[in-house]
Amino acid sequence: MTAPDHMLSELLIVACSEVFRNNGEIVATGIGPIPRVAAGLAKTTHSPELLMTDGEAYLVEEPVPIGPRGYDDRKPSGYLPFSRYFDSAVWTGRRHALVSPIQIDRFGQMNLSYVGGTFDKPKVQMLGARGFPGNTIHHINSMFVPAHSTRIFVPGEVQSVSSVGYNPARRLKGADFSGVDLRFIVTDLCVMDFGGPDHAIRLVSLHDGVTVDQVREATGFELLVDGTPPVTPAPTEEQLAIIARLDPHNIRATVLKGNPPGKRS
Amino acid sequence: MGPHMGFRNVTTLDKRTTAEAVVGRLRDGMTIGIGGWGPRRKPMALVRALLRSGVKDLTVVAYGGPDVGMLLAAGKVRKLIYGFVSLDAIPLEPYFRKAREAGGLEVLELDEGMLQWGLKAAALRLPFLPTRVGLGTDVFDQGGFRTVTSPYDDGEVLLAMPAVPLDLALIHVHRADRMGNIQALGPDTYYDEWFAKAAKEVVVSAEEVVDRLDLSHPEDAKANIVERCFVQHVVEARHGAHPTSMPPAYGWDMAALKAYVASAGEEDGWARYRADTIGPDEAHYLAQAGGDAIAKLPLPIF
Repeated sequence: MTAPDHMLSELLIVACSEVFRNNGEIVATGIGPIPRVAAGLAKTTHSPELLMTDGEAYLVEEPVPIGPRGYDDRKPSGYLPFSRYFDSAVWTGRRHALVSPIQIDRFGQMNLSYVGGTFDKPKVQMLGARGFPGNTIHHINSMFVPAHSTRIFVPGEVQSVSSVGYNPARRLKGADFSGVDLRFIVTDLCVMDFGGPDHAIRLVSLHDGVTVDQVREATGFELLVDGTPPVTPAPTEEQLAIIARLDPHNIRATVLKGNPPGKRS
Repeated sequence: MGPHMGFRNVTTLDKRTTAEAVVGRLRDGMTIGIGGWGPRRKPMALVRALLRSGVKDLTVVAYGGPDVGMLLAAGKVRKLIYGFVSLDAIPLEPYFRKAREAGGLEVLELDEGMLQWGLKAAALRLPFLPTRVGLGTDVFDQGGFRTVTSPYDDGEVLLAMPAVPLDLALIHVHRADRMGNIQALGPDTYYDEWFAKAAKEVVVSAEEVVDRLDLSHPEDAKANIVERCFVQHVVEARHGAHPTSMPPAYGWDMAALKAYVASAGEEDGWARYRADTIGPDEAHYLAQAGGDAIAKLPLPIF
């Protein structure tokens, strides 16, 4: 059976939704339109046990569509305001966040803080470390990268280490890093995981029409490739229908430059 | 005998004052915590009173939004302690960005959870609270943190998050009474409770100040996020969170936030914003902000 016509953004939503499979009863957080719709797709299809918020303060069993809607359209099933986020979801390890940093290195360390200059005088101030230090030492994290390039997948270390990765040089003796659990990196070219020796980053699948060389050229560090990687599954009709319902204003079409089709071969 | 027999000493408690009177008590160099979260539930009327005052060299502690950006733009801040500074829908706060990129601003950048942990340590009058957060990241060295080793068999090495004590906390709620009882409605009160408990003195501004909440609004007693012994000053400030959101009363004013952001990119933008928008007093501010139309601002969708 051939896959229905779809945009690359929709293929990425499906690939991102897979990161939440078999996570159990934890809070699925997707930051940004594609990760958020992906979390909703995961909950609506293969992982209904996931917890999810309306993006404000309430837990919902029916994922809230992104973009403009009626304020009271969400139907609260529970309550998870920021005022109890750390003790309920983050520091207890009951969360999986899918986030988009500005840099990632071979240890899975992420930079969200700034680029260029120094911490005291950054050339470009970005968001700061925000919740990354606490998220990464306590619960599962995955990453979504809408434009795979050596600017994001940097050689060496990221400029500012906002999150904990698998860099042995940063493992303070006597501290407990057992909560660090980096799962997947979904980009516009491929899916990767941390399944290599010492959690090395490894190619899991290539999106339609993408080659290993293309990914290697766009990655600033050595990437593990075992044999011939499979092609990332395309969305099904059912998945596309759910995606359209979770993103009724087609915000997903604005995320990737030029809104390319999923089928590139 | 009246209905409140024998409690005259309590019922005559009166903490009502004005924003100007509160600001008049401040000293240069104080540490001031500001409640709310980014562009949500910020005590902006109190912040504007600060902007209009001569107070300077402040240490500001916040989950920052336009409150922090404006205080930075006005040159009021010597040191900034923050979990983030953002306008949500506009992720990068423009005056925070300018101040950081100019260099010279003393900062303590904290993980969002570390900040509430430091406030809780201060509230509980502890020197620090242990956490794993910050270990293995540059936040550790940037903040000059130290570790503590568990004295029990596990021997775990943890980051010792120092207390973040405040001289003053500013928070904005829906209702207060003259005795300092407060009610914060809406879906989330963030860490306002801990800002209040971490502070020596707390100023609460409220959309509405009544005589006695027990008599007029007893049904909302669970919205009392912090007990009145933590509240020293009560200021009535209708629409006092504008341009930030105050659900369920009103949403944020995106047009006003965009105009504020635009000012950061214009020559003399802050001076003009300070003169034309913040203006000489709160009556001026609210009139230019639309007056009663603020109550109709739609609640933000996340």
